[in-house]
Amino acid sequence: MAERLVSTTAAGTGPGSSPHPFVARAANLAFTLALTFIGLTAITFVIGRVMPADPVLAIVGDRAPKDVYDATWRQLGLDKPLIQQYWIYLTRILHGEFGKSIMTTRPVLDDLIRFFPATFELASIATLAGVFIGVPMGVVAAVRQGRLTDHVVRILGLIGYSVPIFWLGLVSLLVFYAWLGWLPGPGRIEVYYDGIVEPTTGFILIDSAMQAEWEIFHNALSHLVLPAAMLTTYALAYIARMTRSFMLDQLNQEYVVTARVKGLSETRVIWRHAFRNVLIQLITIIGLTYASLLEGSVLTETVFAWPGIGQYITNSLFNADMNAVVGGTVVVGICFVGINMLSDALYRFVDPRAR
Amino acid sequence: MTETPLLVVEDLHVEFTTPKGLVEAVRGVGFTLGREKLGIVGESGSGKSVTGRSILRLVQPPGRVRAKRLEFGGRDLLGMPESELRRIRGRRISMVMQDPKFSLNPVMTVGQQITEAYRVHAQVDRREAVRRALEMLKAVRIRDPERVYHAYPHELSGGMGQRVMIAMMLIPEPDVLIADEPTSALDVTVQLQVLAILDDLVTERGMGLMFISHDLNLVASFCDRVLIMYAGRIMEICDARRLDEARHPYTRGLLNCLPQIDAAGGADLPVLTRDPAWQEQGL
Amino acid sequence: MASEAALPESRLQNLRSWLLSDSPESVFHARCQRFYLGWVAFRANPIAMIGLLIIVGLVVAAAIAPLLTGGDGTEQFLSDRLLPPSAQHWFGTDELGRDIYDRIVWGTRVTLYIVGLVGTLVVPIGLVIGTVAGYVGGWVDNVLMRFTDIFLAFPRLILALAFVSALGPGIENAVLAIALTTWSPYARLARAETITIRNSEYIMAARLQGASGLRILYGHIMPLCISSVIIRLTLDMAGIILTAAGLGFLGLGAQPPLPEWGAMISTGRQFLLDQWWVATVPGIAIFVVSLGFNLLGDGLRDVLDPKSGGAA
Repeated sequence: MAERLVSTTAAGTGPGSSPHPFVARAANLAFTLALTFIGLTAITFVIGRVMPADPVLAIVGDRAPKDVYDATWRQLGLDKPLIQQYWIYLTRILHGEFGKSIMTTRPVLDDLIRFFPATFELASIATLAGVFIGVPMGVVAAVRQGRLTDHVVRILGLIGYSVPIFWLGLVSLLVFYAWLGWLPGPGRIEVYYDGIVEPTTGFILIDSAMQAEWEIFHNALSHLVLPAAMLTTYALAYIARMTRSFMLDQLNQEYVVTARVKGLSETRVIWRHAFRNVLIQLITIIGLTYASLLEGSVLTETVFAWPGIGQYITNSLFNADMNAVVGGTVVVGICFVGINMLSDALYRFVDPRAR
Repeated sequence: MTETPLLVVEDLHVEFTTPKGLVEAVRGVGFTLGREKLGIVGESGSGKSVTGRSILRLVQPPGRVRAKRLEFGGRDLLGMPESELRRIRGRRISMVMQDPKFSLNPVMTVGQQITEAYRVHAQVDRREAVRRALEMLKAVRIRDPERVYHAYPHELSGGMGQRVMIAMMLIPEPDVLIADEPTSALDVTVQLQVLAILDDLVTERGMGLMFISHDLNLVASFCDRVLIMYAGRIMEICDARRLDEARHPYTRGLLNCLPQIDAAGGADLPVLTRDPAWQEQGL
Repeated sequence: MASEAALPESRLQNLRSWLLSDSPESVFHARCQRFYLGWVAFRANPIAMIGLLIIVGLVVAAAIAPLLTGGDGTEQFLSDRLLPPSAQHWFGTDELGRDIYDRIVWGTRVTLYIVGLVGTLVVPIGLVIGTVAGYVGGWVDNVLMRFTDIFLAFPRLILALAFVSALGPGIENAVLAIALTTWSPYARLARAETITIRNSEYIMAARLQGASGLRILYGHIMPLCISSVIIRLTLDMAGIILTAAGLGFLGLGAQPPLPEWGAMISTGRQFLLDQWWVATVPGIAIFVVSLGFNLLGDGLRDVLDPKSGGAA
């Protein structure tokens, strides 16, 4: 599970005139973001250009004709010093130019835009489910600490946290698809439905609902159940664990005693006082969960043949399609970093103590 | 003081199960509280805070409370159902804690917390509650009640936070106030201010005050009666004005440890020698 | 006779009272006491004990693998392909006729190797960067922490994928990729501890005695940070195992014929419908080990910070 991007190197507080704290903090955040972006692209640059034995071959494939090879060679500027190559690379990325994919022969950016919604759909549903089930579970477990409910929640959380998702996916396919026949097999939608719905948003559920294609909607939904359930297991386990831990911390605080002294009902003490303090911390957790699911979907997509970014990256990997791999990595990396930073900023915004 | 006491405590025991075994925090404590200021003095670990908290049944498992009598106005506090107890908490018996940094909810404004304390026990609309809250803030001598009303606890100084706490706890007009080290977290100068406010409010409302502290001098100057606790037992109960006539060796030892500004010569302060017999016998 | 029987009992009692006494007489005594009290609290937690048992089982199985298995799990018996579990082959055989039970047991070595390698990479790097940043402070701290923050925000699996795709699959490359994305929190942790400790009086005393900065770092500060770093590592262990298994599943980790559990699931996937045991059993192994580390980590945290009641 990724860590929260808390910058402990916050803007130094010097004496005398300092800029408005909000501006200073925003500037600090922007600087860290830029630095992380540079770091990410530097690493992908190293992976894409420096590490492979022949970077041109990695991009054009080993069956490319000589003129394509030469053109790419010039384009990459491989005769120039490394720093300049990186600069070319960076500026290209900022323009959205990730090169062309060998597999699909389309620009990588187009591919990514096409495949992203599927991953986004999965991650969003799993996060929502994780929150709506996991948070109450965590609260109840904390309130009834040491009792049966608490143990059950802890054990379920531990199991969800320890099980390899891709294996769980396989087993669930085995049980629910092969043996019981309750749910459809891998894939996002049945083959004969593919392409009927106009992809306006890219989210099949939304598109088919908008066009009132209810049969397709139903089919897509039933295909979504298993992969979403897999990701939800992990999200739920993590969120329930963290909620429980936060709640336990808060329930030990003095202000909770104060609330009881005032004569408030236990329900009010738990939800209106303790939970409110937990809510703030949960923002960061939810952000982390979402980011983790985005990258964790790589494995789930492989198991369920789900046409998302994860599968795109792994397929490109097996075809030695470096442009696609690097492009996908950068995009996912940016989303990951972005979500972390957003949730961090949101936290500071919402917590009255941090203002 | 011939009227019936507000609070009657008889043979109170509080014990905690820990990995190291059973720990008895309070062992057979008994006293009464009327419309007076009762000070409970003891060192850390003497059980004074636990005593205060057990009256309102705030001791959570793994702690266990039992007593022969724990009554408020004749009603048994230990046996009564939760719902009834909640009507007593805040409304009849209230408690002020030590450090407003921790005892106030950090994500709610001061005003929200005070009005909440009021509206739990009184069926009034918001406007009335806000009015009452501002009134209370003025009563604890906060000069800008409007601003403080909308402030968050971390924006207040220690003294102001404690005054907010007092306002919050006195707004439902309880009969008894338990003050658990209310000034221990404050600077000395602020301590006296807060104490003065507490004194005034308690006296003018005719409340009973249970003042828990480790500061013998403070308690002696502030309270009517003083109760000395050690190792979970009461060593001595006496009038505050007659404290220097105290007879128990522990009390005498404590009094001798207090530095006197006009002490003779360069004598060393005596160190209290603890008689193990005190562990076994109390009042 | 009676006095002889009483002797060992009283010695045990002596030991116990020595361990539980309220005033330790030496540093060694205090350390033993802390360890014993921690052990008692740990032992009282059945969940944590189960975790400890699992991990101990893992290490023992890896150590005595030759004694527990028939072959080393790499011999192929193509006539015995895809046999179901039986008395002869407890977990059945895979598509190349290899005994799955053997491969699982030998796979413990692969797992331990990965985990150990990641640990030996991550802990020193994190410690060094963290303690230097925390102790020296100033712009060095700033630069090092920015550097750490960058890695903190990286998606582990995706980056490992990209890494391995450039370098080629293999267990060392996978380990390197995982280590690269895992070391940041440890640097953070070490830095936080260092900052807490660096102004304490005994550090100042050491400095007054003329100890150089380096000596203070290695001799005093780092040993204090090590324990929390190791505990954090235990808690992260499960995640590392799952990531490594994920990489193996994608064919990017240990290469055949090494019996890596993730890779076993991947190859067994084709036969999932009819010979389900080939893919299912390795997954159970991964689950059990991961669970063991999580339980152990939870137990450790319970012991060290009982108020939190076992956080993630």
